[in-house]
Amino acid sequence: MTPPTSTLAPPTVLQKPTVARSRRRRGGWTRRLPLLPALIFAVVVTQIPFLLTVWYSLQSWNLLHPGTKHYVGLRNYHTIFSDEIFRTAVVNTVVFTVAPVILSIVIGTGIALLLDRRVFGRGLLRTLIVSPFLVMPAAAALVWKFTILDPVFGVLNYFLKPFGVGKVDWINSHSQATIITVLTWQWTPFMILIVLAGLQSQSQDILEAARVDGADGLRIFRSLTLPHLRPYLELGVLLGSIYIVQAFDAIFMITAGGPGQKTTNLPYYLYEVAFRGFDIGRASAMGVVVVVATIVIATLALRLISSLFSDEGMAGR
Amino acid sequence: MNVARATVAGHRSRLPSRLVLGVLTWIIVLIFFFPVLWMALTGFKHEEDAATSPPHFFFKPTLDEYSAVWNRGLRSYLEHSITISVTSTLIVLALALPAAYALSIRPVRKWRDVLFFFISTKMLPIVGAIIPLYIITKNLHLLDHQLALIILYTSMNLPIAVWMLRSFLLEVPAEIIEASQVDGAGLPRQLRSIIMPIISPGLAATALICFIFAWNEFFLAVNLTTTNAGTVPIFLVSFVAPEGQFWAHLSAAATVACLPVLLAGWAAQDKLVRGLSMGAVK
Repeated sequence: MTPPTSTLAPPTVLQKPTVARSRRRRGGWTRRLPLLPALIFAVVVTQIPFLLTVWYSLQSWNLLHPGTKHYVGLRNYHTIFSDEIFRTAVVNTVVFTVAPVILSIVIGTGIALLLDRRVFGRGLLRTLIVSPFLVMPAAAALVWKFTILDPVFGVLNYFLKPFGVGKVDWINSHSQATIITVLTWQWTPFMILIVLAGLQSQSQDILEAARVDGADGLRIFRSLTLPHLRPYLELGVLLGSIYIVQAFDAIFMITAGGPGQKTTNLPYYLYEVAFRGFDIGRASAMGVVVVVATIVIATLALRLISSLFSDEGMAGR
Repeated sequence: MNVARATVAGHRSRLPSRLVLGVLTWIIVLIFFFPVLWMALTGFKHEEDAATSPPHFFFKPTLDEYSAVWNRGLRSYLEHSITISVTSTLIVLALALPAAYALSIRPVRKWRDVLFFFISTKMLPIVGAIIPLYIITKNLHLLDHQLALIILYTSMNLPIAVWMLRSFLLEVPAEIIEASQVDGAGLPRQLRSIIMPIISPGLAATALICFIFAWNEFFLAVNLTTTNAGTVPIFLVSFVAPEGQFWAHLSAAATVACLPVLLAGWAAQDKLVRGLSMGAVK
């Protein structure tokens, strides 16, 4: 590794590249060193559990029956795919991901457009609107469950009374809509922040030029703002999907997956199978299915981020 | 002349419409903010004012429920939350800052692949890892132990911190670093006198965002902890099926649970979007 110190050894042509390479290698290691702790930590803590999940999913293994663990191949996968509740959970997962993502991106874009205008108290408005995203989801879920959605004392039915709505038991009779509403409420601020960043990076000169040319607001929005916002909307949708697919807190706190299996999504069902039924093999197989599904979305997200990334962030555009 | 008339007409129609849109904006924002406000308000009520029909919007405020919540066990959960969130955030920064440096200012050769490896770990759902995590934690006798959550929250926030810090480090002008190298400044001095002052606001924002995610996390906490290391969300689980009048009590607990992250989020507001988009949006 050390460069030759002896001046007696004539520097031959053959030696040169060796010296250069070893120097480069040393430079390489001093470069790599600061990276290693984080990289090793991430590999150990995030990758090994996923590999183990795959291994566990091939076992018949229930913690309530110790000593019966044995290899069963793909049988757990066969069991879960013929399980009615699992299929319901798959459908619910799609519903509880697609609906909140679409609603929050649409409502979020609308609010972002409103907030991008000159409006009295804009700073305060922005502070208030991020709050639903910041508050602890588990806490917010309980506040919704009792103080807002309660059929008798809840404040929602009170506000809706003038519109002829009676004492509706939202959580039991509209359980899916309840979960979708709470998730949408929570994720709209996320979309607002991303869309606002997009709106603010728009070149004012071009908008001014369009206005001078006589384009009206709608036309400017359709042919300038929307195309400019597109990567931001895509980013919001993909990141939103990746996070909302894993929705658990609101379901755990508000409906516990019910009534029946109406609000049981995959994370919640996996939780029940693993931590109520202690069926490690079957729960692991479900975990693998969730991971495979997420990889599909994540691949799209990564491709998108990587295309944004080639411009080194969207800041300068 | 045509243009002038158009502008005048435009202004005439714009003023009331601006007012209408302004009022509309306020109404929508207040609807979104209402549950948070209602939570805080209900926490200041006496139990008999909390669950009423019609709801009481004006009442004699009291701090009784806040002190009751504090005395009835919330305190130890708060302590766990603070220890776990703060410790994991500090470890995240200690790991992420050198890594971000090696991915920006003095990049390793395959920095792009490494960067995408980090972000891909963030995209895998935690339910896909929870079972081995539970078994490993159990075998290491770390169930209901703060260390388990500290390690897992560190891995949860590490990719966000690496991406965010990298985006801040890229803003350090290369000329300044080169100039300092010409002046013979070593790496420690470079870090201390050039890089740290420039990125310290970014470092603070990154810390706040990691803190928020750790503080609010529920799934790992509910599966790996109970009373000895339970965080604030675990305290709240006891309200899922409670008895008697409890709304004011619940709201006070929820408000205390949310206050630290609201303050952290409001403080990091202008950097929030960068954290949420892993540095892709500035």
